[in-house]
Order: sequence, then C-alpha cells, then structure tokens
Amino acid sequence: MDIFLIGLIAATLRVATPLILGTLGELFCERAGILNLGIEGIMFFGAFVGFVVAGASGSLWLGVLAAILAGALAGLLMAFLAVQLGVNQHVSGLGITLLLTGFSLFSFRLVFGEPRVPPSIDPFSRLSPLGETPILGPIFEQYALTYIALAIVPLVWWALYRTSFGLQIRAVGENPEAADAAGVSVYRVRYAALMIGSGLMGAAGAFLSLAQLGAFTYGIIAGRGWVCIALIIFGNWEPIKVLWGALLFGGVFALQLRLQTSGLQLPYEVFLALPYLVTIAALTVAGRNASYPAALLKPYKRE
Amino acid sequence: MIPLMHAIEMRSVTKRFGALLANDNVNFDLAPGEIHALLGENGAGKTTLMRILYGLYRADSGEIVVGGQPAHIASPKDAIGLGIGMVTQHFTLVPTLTVTENVSLGQAGGLAFDPKAARQKVADSAARFGIEINPDALVRHLSVGERQRVEIFKALYRNARVLILDEPTAVLVPQEVDVLFETLRRLQSEGLSVIFISHKLNEVMAVCQRITVLRGGRAAGTVNKSATTQKELARMMVGRETFGVTKEGARAQGEPLLRVDGLLVLDKKGWPALKGLSFDVRAGEVLGIAGVSGNGQTELTQALAGTLKPKAGNLRVGGRNLTHASPSQLAAAGVGRIPEDRHEGVVGELTVAENLALENLQDFTANGMLDHRRIRENAEKLIAEYQIKAAPTTRIRALSGGNMQKAILARALSRKPQVVIAAQPTRGLDVGATDYVRGKLLEQRDRGAAVLLISEDLDEILALSDRIAVIYEGRIVGILRAGEADAELLGLLMSGAKEMADGIKD
Repeated sequence: MDIFLIGLIAATLRVATPLILGTLGELFCERAGILNLGIEGIMFFGAFVGFVVAGASGSLWLGVLAAILAGALAGLLMAFLAVQLGVNQHVSGLGITLLLTGFSLFSFRLVFGEPRVPPSIDPFSRLSPLGETPILGPIFEQYALTYIALAIVPLVWWALYRTSFGLQIRAVGENPEAADAAGVSVYRVRYAALMIGSGLMGAAGAFLSLAQLGAFTYGIIAGRGWVCIALIIFGNWEPIKVLWGALLFGGVFALQLRLQTSGLQLPYEVFLALPYLVTIAALTVAGRNASYPAALLKPYKRE
Repeated sequence: MIPLMHAIEMRSVTKRFGALLANDNVNFDLAPGEIHALLGENGAGKTTLMRILYGLYRADSGEIVVGGQPAHIASPKDAIGLGIGMVTQHFTLVPTLTVTENVSLGQAGGLAFDPKAARQKVADSAARFGIEINPDALVRHLSVGERQRVEIFKALYRNARVLILDEPTAVLVPQEVDVLFETLRRLQSEGLSVIFISHKLNEVMAVCQRITVLRGGRAAGTVNKSATTQKELARMMVGRETFGVTKEGARAQGEPLLRVDGLLVLDKKGWPALKGLSFDVRAGEVLGIAGVSGNGQTELTQALAGTLKPKAGNLRVGGRNLTHASPSQLAAAGVGRIPEDRHEGVVGELTVAENLALENLQDFTANGMLDHRRIRENAEKLIAEYQIKAAPTTRIRALSGGNMQKAILARALSRKPQVVIAAQPTRGLDVGATDYVRGKLLEQRDRGAAVLLISEDLDEILALSDRIAVIYEGRIVGILRAGEADAELLGLLMSGAKEMADGIKD
C-alpha cells in the first residue's frame, strides 16, 4: 500500500472524529423527536469552553470534560425551549446556534482580546499503539478521542436498542402519546436525550480545538454541525450507518486536502467544495428512503 | 346484589373545558368482575370521565376511590400502578417497534433491555391470558383488530384488574367484534372488571351486566341489563320522550333536486365508508342526516363536494348526472356547500374579500387580472347582508367562528344555489350564531332550494328537517318525517339496533 493511501486512511479517521461525535449527538436528539439545529453553535461553544478550560487548568482532559458539560447545558436550554415551552424546533435550534456563537465570540474577546494570531495550546498527542509497524502503524496513530469516538458508535447502538432508556427514546420519537400512555415521561426522556446528545456535540467541538488544531479560531467548526444533520439523514437514523456516512465525508475531505497539494491546476475552492458536493449527492440517493422519526419536530403536549 | 367493595368508585366528578361542562357531578361505580357499559351520544362525556380515571385529564372536583382507598391519579403511570388499564380509540402503540417492545415500554426493568428475555416473558404471558399475538411482529404490520389485541394485552401485562375500553368496536369488522367479546367474557370469568364505552345499544346489551347512561355530561342513570330494554336505553341516551317538532310553514314539496343512488365510497384506508347509500332531497325541503359521528358523514360530505370520488353509484343534481364532477363543476351546477370544518372552507391568510370571491373567481377576473374593485364591492355587499363583523381587508383567520361561518354562508348562498349541502353547520358556534345559521338554512328551503343538513346534533336535525334520514355504518337505515320522529326510534336507528324494513318512507 502506498504512502498516499495510508495517509488518506489515517487522515479520514481524524477528519471523521468530530463528525462521528456530533452526528451521534444529533442522533440522540432526533430519535427522541427533537431536531437540534443548535448543533453548530454547541460545537463552537464546546470548542471554546474546552480550549479555555484546558488552557487555564493545564489539563486537556479537563477541557474535554468542560466542553461536554457546556454542551449538556446547552442541551438543557434547548430542551427547555423545544420540549417544555413547545417552541418551534427550527427557531429554537437556530436561536441556540446564534446565541452560542455570539456568546463564544464575545467571551473569546473578553479572555484573549484581539490577538493577531489565534491563541494556541499544546494539543493532545496521538497514540501510536502499533508503533512503527508498516501500514497499520501509521493508520493506528490516532488521538485517544478518535478511538473513543469509534467506541461510542456501538455504545450508542447498544443504548438505543438494548436498554430500557433507548426503547423509551425510540418510542418518544415515534409516538409520544403511546409512550405517555405506557407511563413513560416524555419530557424527562427528551430532556435526557437532548443533554446527552448535546454533550457529545460539545466533545466534537473540543476535539477540533484541543486535538486537531490545538487552537481556537472563528471558523473552527466551518459548517460541520450542518454536515452532521445531513449525515443523520444519510445514515437513516441508525448509529452504524451514520458512522459510514461520517467516514465517507471524512474520506472525501481528506482526499481533497491531498488533491490541493497535488499540483492540479484548479482553484483550491473547487477542492474545498468537494466533500459538500459529495454529501449532497449521497443525500439525494439515500435521502429518498429516509424514514424520519414520526414525531420529529412535533412538540408534545398532553390533552 | 350489592358488592362489598367497589373496584372503582367515582364520586361527583366534574370537569370543565373552558365554557363547556364535560362532566357534571358524575357518579359511577364498577363492581369487581363485571362488564359495565358507559353509554351515551357523542359529547355526552363518556371519554372525558374515563380519561380522568386513567390520569389523562384531571377532574376539577370530585374523588376517585379504587378498591376502597381514595386514589390520586395524576398520570397514566398512577393509573397503571392502581391496576387500571385503558385502550383508547387511537391506539397508543409505536408502529416502528415490535409487539414485545411496545408491551415492555415503560416497564421498570433495570437499565439493560434483553430482547430475548422480554420476548419470552411476553409470549408466556400472552399464552396465560389466552391472547393470540406474535411477539416479534412489527406493530405497523398488524391489522386494526390485532393492534387492539396488543393494546388489551398490554394492559393485562401490567396487571390491570380494571380495563377501560373506549368504543372498542368502532374500528372492528363484525368478526373481530365477536372475537373481542369472547375474549372479554373469558377475562371477566377470571376476575377482570371492564368498563365498556359505547353508543351501540346492541353491543351493550350483548356483553354488559350493568349500564350507566351519560347525557350532556351528567349521569342519566344506571340500570341492570336484565331489567332494561334497548328502547329504555335509547330514551335515556337521547333524553326526550317525544320531540313534537312540526315544521311551521311546511311547503308543498317539488321535484327532487338532489338524488343520491347507491353511493359506494372508500375511506382513506380503502375501506368502504358509504355502502350503497341512497336518498333524495326535494325542492323546498330540508332533509336531515342524523347519526353518530364516524358512520360515513364525513365521506358523504366529501363525495357531495366532489373531493372524494365514488366507486359506484350516482349523484344527480336537478336531473344531471354529476357523479364524477369536479368541485367547481358542482358549484357551477348550483350546489352550495358549507363544509364540515370551516377552517378548511377558507384560506386563513387571505382577506375576507378574497375568500368571498374565491369560489367563483371567473366572475371577478377581467383579461386575466383580478378586478379588485368588484371583489371589494362584492365583499361589502355580503358583509352588510350577512352581518359579518369584519372589514373586507381583514384576514379571515382573525374572525370568530360565527363570523367565519357567516362568511362561508354568504359565499355559498349568495349565488342562490338550488342545492345546499350543510355539514355540521353550527358545530362550535354560540347560541346567537347558531340561530342565525339555522335561520339562513330555513330561508333557503323557503325560497325553494333543496337543503341537505348533515349534523350530529339531534336537536338541530329535529328543529330544521322536514324529513330525517338516519345514517349507520355507511347506509341509510331509515327515513322518516320529522313529525314521526321520537327519541326511541331515532336512538334505535342511530345505534344500529333497528333498521326500517322498507328502508325508505316517503
């Protein structure tokens, strides 16, 4: 296997990591019947909080934990709006994205002023479990968070399909009346799903600032949250299929990075657009049979 | 026989929805091991009372005693904990989940959910109750009867000792009804108490021991089956001995203007909703279609509006065959319609003037452009004539129900249609608006139009109709003159206990 391919595979896993975390987070929300369009803002918030806490405390893992908590807090707010008050989910989600983006930028200025170069941090270093082994060595040289993200995929599957809580989430997202009549607290399940899901989104943001970049920039999320929304549809709300979607997008993203330096005489924006074009193409194919959770977007009120 | 302890006792239960008194000081008790019917017309408060018992509504006042202990039931969870299960008209099942998952949902069972163990538990339990279900089937693949069985089983699985069934036969075909009744009898012999909500007299008499009749939110009485008859129940349910409504100014009636012959219409699910329905309406008369809701009234309205195409049968207006006519062809042929849901009859975001012009835009169009002056003048005229409290430029969704209905009347009647089809024309209106609408309908009759009044409000039917046709399960089971109608006969016809042999009395 040549260097190009090995590098590509390794980069794919890196690029896919925040997408996997973000998409699984969104999956929790949507399977419970809530479209969380706050994802873009929550990832940004997570990236910021993780960066600041890690910088102040000197512990990267403390930063990750803080990002997860910040995400869960944002999920709590989303739940209050969309579940408790029954606010339109498009409005509340986009509102949260705007709020958290603005709040993070504002706080950034308070903490760092207006630096010429983005503040940076010593990021996570990659684990290298197989050392110098040919082919597999470089592929397995990944951040701990990448391994964790991959491990969370089956964990989410197990939680959804093999726990009572998961059964409740699926029921609440499909037919909240039925869940209510069966004695399941629709609100409690949706609150929990939103907080867990948003916590994962926060972790996705922290991966970008604390591992991949080691810095915090204004454009750090760059629409990855919206990509996650699309990947959910691509993956038909199934954790395992969603993983393939994230890997596909990550793969094309990693490929275009390499094409940019390959000397092809094309404006680099064309390459940058490639993953998004592939996403749209994949969606038009996969989205046709999309089976949305039946209660998605519908606030639940008894009576 | 007075049981030592009631399984359930509801005392002086009152529930209001805004101005509507849904339950007014209702007392109800259920003996252990009995099947007890809760009988009444639509809106009598049966379902409300049971939703209170199941924790879906909270009573404004009154108390509930379960097994001798005062109970506080704030949610279905509380009700389940007290051994009460309810099967509602809309099944509370998750279609994408299996039977096992649906049954296990909400059951405390630790964190992990073991599908194999759960399946086994469900299968064992179903066998014990003698209920045939496939634990692995996805609910969305099941027939309505099977889904109902899952719902009943779900309640039993949660150790229900009291089972509430809300109009369980409404969705079933006759064979499924037989199976249901057998199941209920067997479960009863094993000690289960059942509350059976229904408005069908024959079913109530077939399966219940005691019957409590609700009327207008109040308990009209509780009787033993052995000591009553369908006639007595019908009278209790409808509440009047005789109506004595004879139309003043009854006119010599003319030609049949609307003729419906053998109409066969399928509902959205492809089931027959109208099964060879026939009647005619003559010039200068009001024909009332009486019946309990869900017996085909909606489909009849849609078929007559041209929005639901009949599979068989004929529809004639003034002698012309318009069976497959489009809504606009019907309107052009002189059919004025007052739709069942007034919000579907208007476009809420458009103004009153625009809505008033909407049905015959060609009259307000010149060279492909809307003639705004004519639209406004038309609106001003109709607003004055029909006393609509609105300006031509008001968005129609801002109007009260009564004013919106007046606008719909104005649009339908201003063109002097020869046939008027009014479906639930006063539903949800206050007294003043109701009187206004009824008066307008009688005006149409008096000027010689054929008026078809489809209403679930028996008082309305009796106040306006010259003849009354009773619809039951998609067929007209009897037509009688208003003067011949009495509570008993109408009640029997409406609940399917009786069918007039010759079908149609002229």
